[in-house]
Parts: sequence; structure tokens; C-alpha cells
Amino acid sequence: MTEIICAGFGGQGILTAGMLLIHAGMKNGQNVIFYPSYGSEMRGGTANCSVKISDKKIASPVIRQADIVFTMNAPAIDKFESMLKPGGLLLVNTSLVDENRTYRDDIRVVKAPVTDIANELENPRGANIAMLGVLAASSDLFDPEFLIGQINGYFEGRGRKIPANEACFRKGMEAAK
Amino acid sequence: MSERVLMKGNEALAEAALRAGCRFFAGYPITPQTEILEYLSWRMDEVGGSYTQAESELAAVNMVYGASSGGARALTTSSGPGFSLKQEGISYLCGADLPAVIVNVMRIGSGLGNIFQGQGDYWQMTRGGGHGDYRTIVLAPNSAQENADLMVLAFDLAEKYRHPVLIASDAAIGQSIEAVELPEFRDHDLNKYDWPVRGAKADEPIRTVKNVFYSMGDAYEDYLRDKYAQIEAEEQRWESIQVEDAELVLVAFGISSRVCEEAVEGARAKGLKVGLIRPITLWPFPVKAFEKAVNAKAFLTNEMNLLGQTMDDIRLATGCRVPVYHSGSIFAITDTNDLIVRIEEVMEEVKGGGQ
Repeated sequence: MTEIICAGFGGQGILTAGMLLIHAGMKNGQNVIFYPSYGSEMRGGTANCSVKISDKKIASPVIRQADIVFTMNAPAIDKFESMLKPGGLLLVNTSLVDENRTYRDDIRVVKAPVTDIANELENPRGANIAMLGVLAASSDLFDPEFLIGQINGYFEGRGRKIPANEACFRKGMEAAK
Repeated sequence: MSERVLMKGNEALAEAALRAGCRFFAGYPITPQTEILEYLSWRMDEVGGSYTQAESELAAVNMVYGASSGGARALTTSSGPGFSLKQEGISYLCGADLPAVIVNVMRIGSGLGNIFQGQGDYWQMTRGGGHGDYRTIVLAPNSAQENADLMVLAFDLAEKYRHPVLIASDAAIGQSIEAVELPEFRDHDLNKYDWPVRGAKADEPIRTVKNVFYSMGDAYEDYLRDKYAQIEAEEQRWESIQVEDAELVLVAFGISSRVCEEAVEGARAKGLKVGLIRPITLWPFPVKAFEKAVNAKAFLTNEMNLLGQTMDDIRLATGCRVPVYHSGSIFAITDTNDLIVRIEEVMEEVKGGGQ
């Protein structure tokens, strides 16, 4: 089972990233669950969700220790870095996080300037897709070609074909190397 | 077999209601069940049904009473305080022998409580909840898939017994998104039965919907006894996992049962003989499931309440032969590893002479 926390500002496509991950998991024949953080949330505040993808049945939707923490800003790291398992993967958006920031020494940190990537490719809402490219390149959760195929399929299924998403995804993959 | 789709538990429940032939909904928003209203507010229109956001929960349940009197498959949903407000209407539905489905997406606490998941309404839902001498069938789904499947069953059972059926979902199931295979669409014929007040022909007896107590006289007692006895005999539903050789049997419904299933696997891997009984009907409580627990030296419930509300029913089902323990918090879904620790503690205590 892979347990993933996605977190960032509201509007950065955090919940969409979570949905894309469970969509790909479902299409991969796996069991999936997505648990939103809900409550008295504030506009412009943090957004986060928990995602589990497993070949086995999934018990609780709640994550105690994550395999992957997918962050899009600094407050998300403040809040969720501590929830990573030792050896877990932290994804960091260096467009919005200080380059000199220090991290736990028992986790793997992969950094990429995904907000800049999305802006350069004139797809400013595609930073989350670029980060999914980073995720695909730095983990063995999904074959990257399968994942981008499912991302495209998800949007096309909703009548939205966004070619720039694939460019963001591939640029994110490159940046992760 | 239809394709699996991603749906929030609340949405799966709402869509399944339509597919079961429900064409009347009345409700009032309250977290964590509001997605049901949100979904049906546009979707009910697409299938040609009637959707009303009522002025209150009490109004909504009475609108359901009216729609059901006319033979419609009618639904209302709520949570916590809103579900309490429906109790008078549920009692009246029972008094008038009317089928209806009422959903409680359980949340934490008495009073206002809060919007997070809870399982504190077990007693309220299984003991009647309103005034008078009644109980209702209560179905407890543990996934978005079962939110859909049990919704269809709920309407079927409600009509079979002309009796309201409750669904005890919770915030974790309602808010989570999972892959769901939706049931096929079924048509509901408003003229299927001879009792709805849809106008009687000249040569037919007048149709009325009223408290059955007034119309049946002395036969009322036998009628009621038989109805409840038949439900208890025929409608117990449960899932058993490795119960036969288990020395400790977990008992849990809803989202907690999924943690228990994982804990059974973890405990078995440690060589502990642990099993699980998952009630799917909370009433009638699946007494029959406990007949197979012949090696159980104790039972351990896991539920998101502090008073261990299922414990009494387990004691009754087992004649108090062995001790019953409780685990669970009102604030969180129990973590599987914590539950395994509790299992080990209980098994140690039972070995040392019990409670």
C-alpha cells in the first residue's frame, strides 16, 4: 500500500492531484481511497487530502505515517514533513520554498520549481501536474507513461483536453532528475 | 457489470437511491451529509423526480410520509442533531405502516457535537429513537460501494415490511472517495401495491393511510408481533471473518469494521486466534453470527463512541457467557496497530482470569 498526503494552498490543484492519483490507481485495477480534509476551512488557506492506493483492501481512510508527502508550499512542509515514514519521499516546490531549507535526514527529498515550470509553459494551473511528473520520476508508484495517459484521460473524460498538461508533466519529470 | 467510477460515499448513496427507483427526496443540509442534497439537487431533475430542500428536518421527514403514502420510493437524509429532529416522523411512519428510507451520516457527539465521523447513534437508531413501541431495520454500510448496495436493499426491505428502514452511514464513509460499481437502474411502479392512497376505483374499498392502531383493533398486537418476529428471523445480515477458531472475536460495524479486518490479519500474523463479526444489520442484530463463535473466550468491540454501545447486544446474543470489552475513541478512527496492541492486552487479561 502507498499512502500519500498532498498539501499546499487552496487553488494549487491539491485535491485534483489526489483525484488524479486515485483515478490512475483505479484504472490500474487497484483499491483506492481519497479522504479530504474538511472542516472550517478558510479561503486562501491550506488544502490537503489523504490518498491510499493498494493491491489489498484498504482499511482506514486516515493516514498516520505517509510514504509520500506531496507539497506545493512551505506551510505544507511545516505541517506534514513529520508524518513521513523513515525513508519516505518528500516532494518540494522550490518556486515557493527557500533553497536553503533543511529537512529530516532520514527521508528522501526531491525538489523541483514546479510553479515556474507551469508558468514558463503558459499553463499556470498545471503546477500540480508538473509535481505529478516529479512524483512519477522519483517513485515507482506508477509507470510515468501510464500516469500521464490517465491524467489526460481524466480531463478528456470531463470534456477538457489540455495539451500543456503533458508538457508540464514531462518537464517535471526532467526537473526531478 | 458496469464500470467502476470514483464517487464520494454520499454521492454513491444518492445515485444508488435513484437507481433503486427513488423519485422523491426531501432533506435539509447538515455536514457531513450535505453532498447528498447537493448531488440530488441537480440529479433528481435529470431522472424526472422531485427534490425539495425543506424548511426543516421535521418538515422533510413529513414530506417523505406524504410521498410514501402515495406509493413513491421516498428518501430523507441527515446527520446528528438533524437526525434527532426526524424521530417524530419516523415514529409516525411506523405507526402508519409506511415504507421510507432515512439515512443518518453519523457525526461525533451529543448536542451539536461536531462535523467529524462518529458512531454514537447506535442506541438511538436500533432502539426506536422516537416515541412508542417500535424499531426499524438499520443497515450499516462500511464503504462507498455498500452505501450504494445497501441503499437498494433498504428500499426493497422497506416495501417488503411496509416499514421505515434506516441507514447508519458515517462521515468517514460519506466523505471518502472510492471506486464504486453502481447498481443498474430499476423502475418503480407507483401502482405496484394496493395500499397507496392514489384513488380507489368505484368497486374497490376506500384507501386510507392512518395509524394502523386505529384500524386493526385486537388484531393489531398479533400483527405487530408477527412483523417484528419475521424481521428478526429473516433479515439478520452480517459478515464473519475467521470466527470459528477465534479465541477473541472483534465486533464492529461501519468504518471501524475495516480497521478490525486489517487488525485480524495483523493479529493472525502474530499467531493470535482473532476473528471478526461485522453486523450489516444493526437491527435485527445478527445473533445467528455468534453461534459460530464457539471458541471465543471474549469479544472486543471497536466503535467510535465511548460507552461501547454495541456491548449490550453482544451480551444478549451470547447470553453473557464470556466477557465483552470495548475499544475506540470518539475523536478518531482507531489505528490498526493500536487495535492490535489492545487485542494483545485483552487476550492477556482473559488468559489471566478475565474481567
